[in-house]
Amino acid sequence: MARASPRRSLLSRRCLLETAGGATLALASPPALADAVVKLPLPGGPDERQITTAFPEKGALILQRTRPPLLETPFEVFDQSVFTPNDRFYVRWHWAVIPTQIDVGSFRLAVRGHVAKSLSLSLDAILALPRVGLVAVNQCSGNSRGYFQPRGPGGEWTNGAMGNARWTGVRLKDVLDRAGVKAGAAQVRFNGMDEPVVAEAPDFMKSLDIDHARDGEVMIAYAMNGQQLPLLNGFPLRLVVPGWYSTYWVKMLNDIEVLDQPDTNYWMTTAYTIPDTPHASIRPGQTGVKLVPISRMVPRSFITNIKPGDKLRAGAETLARGIAFGGDAGVSRLEFSSDGGKSWQQTQLGTDEGKYSFRQWQIRFTLPAAGEHLLKVRCTSSSGEVQPDTPNWNPAGFMRNVIEQIAIVAA
Amino acid sequence: MRTFLPVTLAAGVALSPCCGQAESKLSLRSVSIDLPPGDRTFPDGPGADAMNNNCLACHSAGMVLNQPALPKAEWEAEVNKMRTAYKAPIDAKDVGAILDYLVSTKGAGG
Repeated sequence: MARASPRRSLLSRRCLLETAGGATLALASPPALADAVVKLPLPGGPDERQITTAFPEKGALILQRTRPPLLETPFEVFDQSVFTPNDRFYVRWHWAVIPTQIDVGSFRLAVRGHVAKSLSLSLDAILALPRVGLVAVNQCSGNSRGYFQPRGPGGEWTNGAMGNARWTGVRLKDVLDRAGVKAGAAQVRFNGMDEPVVAEAPDFMKSLDIDHARDGEVMIAYAMNGQQLPLLNGFPLRLVVPGWYSTYWVKMLNDIEVLDQPDTNYWMTTAYTIPDTPHASIRPGQTGVKLVPISRMVPRSFITNIKPGDKLRAGAETLARGIAFGGDAGVSRLEFSSDGGKSWQQTQLGTDEGKYSFRQWQIRFTLPAAGEHLLKVRCTSSSGEVQPDTPNWNPAGFMRNVIEQIAIVAA
Repeated sequence: MRTFLPVTLAAGVALSPCCGQAESKLSLRSVSIDLPPGDRTFPDGPGADAMNNNCLACHSAGMVLNQPALPKAEWEAEVNKMRTAYKAPIDAKDVGAILDYLVSTKGAGG
């Protein structure tokens, strides 16, 4: 999208994976990939996207939009590690004015509003606070929007607007305590350094209730997978709200304002709202529905080593593996079906990296006969929430978590 | 640590020592980057000038070109959202041409 580069070849995602042989080669030979085009399984199209390596500190990603950047993680990355590498982690910005130079000496984080003492914290001062870490999934509210039927406007993601990382930083609570939250505080509002092109447009800001902000889990992260954040993922500081959708994980965080009233800004009351219904689901065209701000995530699971249309051997043992997450809880059970959901088997779960992390799973299964088969996976969270059989629908394309299925052929 | 996920677990475990090591001596470095300009224009057609003049200040053309086919009413709602919610300074006389372009290139029945 950035510059018209000749499309050397038209490659399907599967074809690309086989050609590139995974991440190592992908990073070793960006020129070939820069010309590559993937076909995403988006019903009704447009389904072609460029694989881009044009973004600083980032490797090969699916180009959804150049400015402001929307970059999707190619799905094969999720088969390579339970942690999503920083250079393959998806990117999503709302406004096009993004600072491209950050000086660590002069950067300051403001803490102000309904507090006893306003703060202006340097990065050194933040690094000197007690260090905490946690593994958590960061997922866009609209991850998988492209699969909604009927389709809707927005970032037309497939399933790659998510990632899992070990976040290191300081507790938001510790920072708020240093400022001294005054009695009567209602919410805490977070603002980053990005700005709209048009000055009158609503600056991107998000808020959390004061008790949530002080729960000791919400973090201000300065590292991701042990390294400083790529600028496009929010360098130098990013809010981490474990279990909640990424819209709250404000990037390039430089302003924290304690409010004595609920936040009424556009990004809390109009954008990022969902129907107050089970699975945030309504019928297309349905009106008169109460809308509430999107908040916690819901369980999801994926097969990562088998792709639609793959040919497997009938009568031979086959390995299926993948990832799951419980949303705002851990993974208690991950079941697999090789008969389209008629019967389910428990899978083996991998290392528990914490309740907010991806959890790997695997199972060996045997397809009894030649022909088409439908593979499914179903996650039950540690709070007892199960992925639904039918897809949800809402006009914004938020919170998809239907049981995933992959059609394959045994021969 | 279980051993029955040799390939994937190895990848996961490999990260841990490197994380621990990096975190123990973590210091932040200043960053200066350049982002791709995203200066592609809209394909020619009636209304393309109105699209190029009004849409590309805030976002690259790919945002529109990657959208699915949508009914005219949805395109009207999108253009209206850009004008009212996101304060895009779209010249009122260009709104018709923008809608015509969107409906003719990205329209759907209904």
